[in-house]
Amino acid sequence: MSRAADDLKDFQRFTPKKLPVEEPLAPGHRACQGCGEVLALRQVMKALGNNVIVVSATGCMEIISSAYPQSAWRVPWLHVAFENAAAVASGVEAAYKAMIRKGRIEDKNTTFLAIAGDGGTADIGIQALSGALERGHNFVYVCLDNEAYMNTGIQRSSSTPYGAGTTTSPPGKKSIGQQTWKKNMPAIAAAHDIPYVATGSPAYYVDLMNKAKKASLVKGPAYLHVFSPCPTGWRCAVEDAVQTGRLVVQTKIFPLYEVIDGKYRLSRKVKKPKPVTEYFKLQRRFRHLTEEDVAFIQERVDREYDRLLELCGIAPEE
Amino acid sequence: MAKRVGIEVSIAVSEAVKLANVDVVAAYPITPQTHIVEHLAELVADGHLDAEFIPVESEHSAMSTCCGSSAAGARTYTATSSQGQALMLEICYIAPALRLPIVMTVANRSLSGPISIWNDHSDMMMSRDTGWIQTVAENGQEAFDLTLHAFRVAEDSRVLLPVIINLDGFTLTHVIEPIEILDQKEVDRYLPPYQPQMRLDPEDPVSIGPVGMPEVYTEAKKAQDEAIKGSKEVILEAWQEFGDLFGRYYKPVETYRTDGAETLLVTMGSLSETAMTAVDHMRAKGKDVGLVRIRLFRPFPFEEFLAAVEGAKQIAVMDRALCLNGAGGPLAIEVKAALYDEPERPYIWNYVAGLAGRDVTIENFVEMADGVEAAAADGLRGHYTIINVRE
Amino acid sequence: MAKETGMVSWKDLALGCAIVKPGSSAELKTGDWRSERPETDYEKCIQCGQCYIFCPDMVYTQNEMGFYQPNLFYCKGCGICARECPADAISMVEESE
Repeated sequence: MSRAADDLKDFQRFTPKKLPVEEPLAPGHRACQGCGEVLALRQVMKALGNNVIVVSATGCMEIISSAYPQSAWRVPWLHVAFENAAAVASGVEAAYKAMIRKGRIEDKNTTFLAIAGDGGTADIGIQALSGALERGHNFVYVCLDNEAYMNTGIQRSSSTPYGAGTTTSPPGKKSIGQQTWKKNMPAIAAAHDIPYVATGSPAYYVDLMNKAKKASLVKGPAYLHVFSPCPTGWRCAVEDAVQTGRLVVQTKIFPLYEVIDGKYRLSRKVKKPKPVTEYFKLQRRFRHLTEEDVAFIQERVDREYDRLLELCGIAPEE
Repeated sequence: MAKRVGIEVSIAVSEAVKLANVDVVAAYPITPQTHIVEHLAELVADGHLDAEFIPVESEHSAMSTCCGSSAAGARTYTATSSQGQALMLEICYIAPALRLPIVMTVANRSLSGPISIWNDHSDMMMSRDTGWIQTVAENGQEAFDLTLHAFRVAEDSRVLLPVIINLDGFTLTHVIEPIEILDQKEVDRYLPPYQPQMRLDPEDPVSIGPVGMPEVYTEAKKAQDEAIKGSKEVILEAWQEFGDLFGRYYKPVETYRTDGAETLLVTMGSLSETAMTAVDHMRAKGKDVGLVRIRLFRPFPFEEFLAAVEGAKQIAVMDRALCLNGAGGPLAIEVKAALYDEPERPYIWNYVAGLAGRDVTIENFVEMADGVEAAAADGLRGHYTIINVRE
Repeated sequence: MAKETGMVSWKDLALGCAIVKPGSSAELKTGDWRSERPETDYEKCIQCGQCYIFCPDMVYTQNEMGFYQPNLFYCKGCGICARECPADAISMVEESE
């Protein structure tokens, strides 16, 4: 497999003053008011431009963008089923490879993008994802993580954070809500030895767009895990999507980093981390947590962050 | 020049796929399909076939990958059996709805449980309602020919539906038969390159697979229904042309010594050959028995079937799968549906036989012919018998 | 209504019920959904573009003078722009008839 570092040698970054102008996603889509996921998707699509073929899993982004007869997609788009975005994208990528090699179409360096939610990535879709990553297809996989199966009514996924309330992990006398810690999908992707893995949040749009662009430049599989705030499912105010996307990074709950050719690189060191309560208090899905629960979570968040710093070769903070 | 060789049927099928110059093969191994995909892998590895061979991690992904490939505009092929067919079934409903001309060989094998690797038609029957065009091969030559025919039909702009070629696992896939392998020039004359009507292309963006709101779903299904009904014309045309070019003519329903026969057997697949020998034996003894063999299973050839059974007084329909609805097997149900509106209907008895590789002998076919005659004479009701079962 | 344009004869559907008009969602007036709408005080606006890049509905475009203007046809009134504007130039006002 080629080295991402070589593919990214001449990478020209986007800056706040130099943002991409393309809008491959059209307005008029049916996402909820204030949807942080479609915002993240919009930013990723802007970074990738129009020379892209999108394969989408079933999920929020598929439903809101393709209700017949309206499509929000200005680029080619294919939806087959829920658990197979990575497998379908593998087919598109391989088809193009064969047709170009056999001289039937021109090589225009098209990007192959698979998008899926946390359900379609970490749960029902994990097999197809693992297969596609292992086979080394030249594609970008973006997981839009709104931390539950939102499209079907806010049921838990393996990406739901510990303690969060969902309809299938409701808090109650006998339960804290979600009883397991969020599955570490970026680490799972990185364990497949792929050239590029990154995490992103739409609150840090320049960082996210640069990562999406880099993912498309890398030869081989690239995995992007994008935090996608969902006011509807998290029960926060509709104007708070960006703020939650900011706080989740500032509280170290969802750190921004890359794994390039297997090496971890922190994107943004959190200088004065905020306590997790700052993040929780915006969202009613955490409202039931006791002080003890919060302390447990804070301790683990701190520990996980220190572990990440170590992986990045940075001394953990005091 | 075409060459007549002794060749394992699976290998002949892969050779047909190679001659069709597929672009993408995405397959997961399952007994008894394995030799097909293994040989394709070899052909690609040695540069004899210029294709992307994708060793996917499951059959569900195999069919998913095929959908992506076909939607991108590539000639696409896969193969499976039994449990693999079951696992990809979700996507098998989607491929024809999206009008993706994928070609798939199904090496027919029984469905679990109990788990069995041996041959019957339960996997074919499971995918009856998916919307795929389905043909059934009786021997190795047919397996080869029907594969080329499948690409030709699937990719025709009037069809654009995926096609399954059924061939009996082990009894066909693993036997060596004399098969005429066409050469590349001959195949190119029959099979033009694939010209997609709609594909994923940044120059001409389309959205494939949108949400079928209630306002459109019925119309979408009607369009699909009309498409598969309309495909029959192209299927027949493609068989006619095959015959004109290569001398082997295929029909949706084949008959064998049905003239003057009041008793008919109905079969599908490789056991038809045993049935033909049984018919010869019975005719030699003066019994007027004939055989009807179904080659086109989907869309069901109602017209040709009714013509084939005209004049028969009783029909023994052999099924190699159980419906588990209390009435026997699925083929008999289709036959009864085909005959329901006819003013004169023959008596029908359903024989379920050959489940999971259980042998069906010439004697068994004689038993079926005698049995249906006796049942008809007695006016027996009750639909079916599972033959060769130890009580 | 948007749904009605999907009510065509089965003969007029595209192959496999595909949508062949890219970006046709632009026909849907999602602006009908809102109960509040953003109003920008251009005296305060510093042209940073945060409203533009943080809008999930691509509502803002930059005019010739560099100011960002909302296309109310699509605006769902979520208020992210008002919340995020660093110059406090945007406020959400009640949508009136």
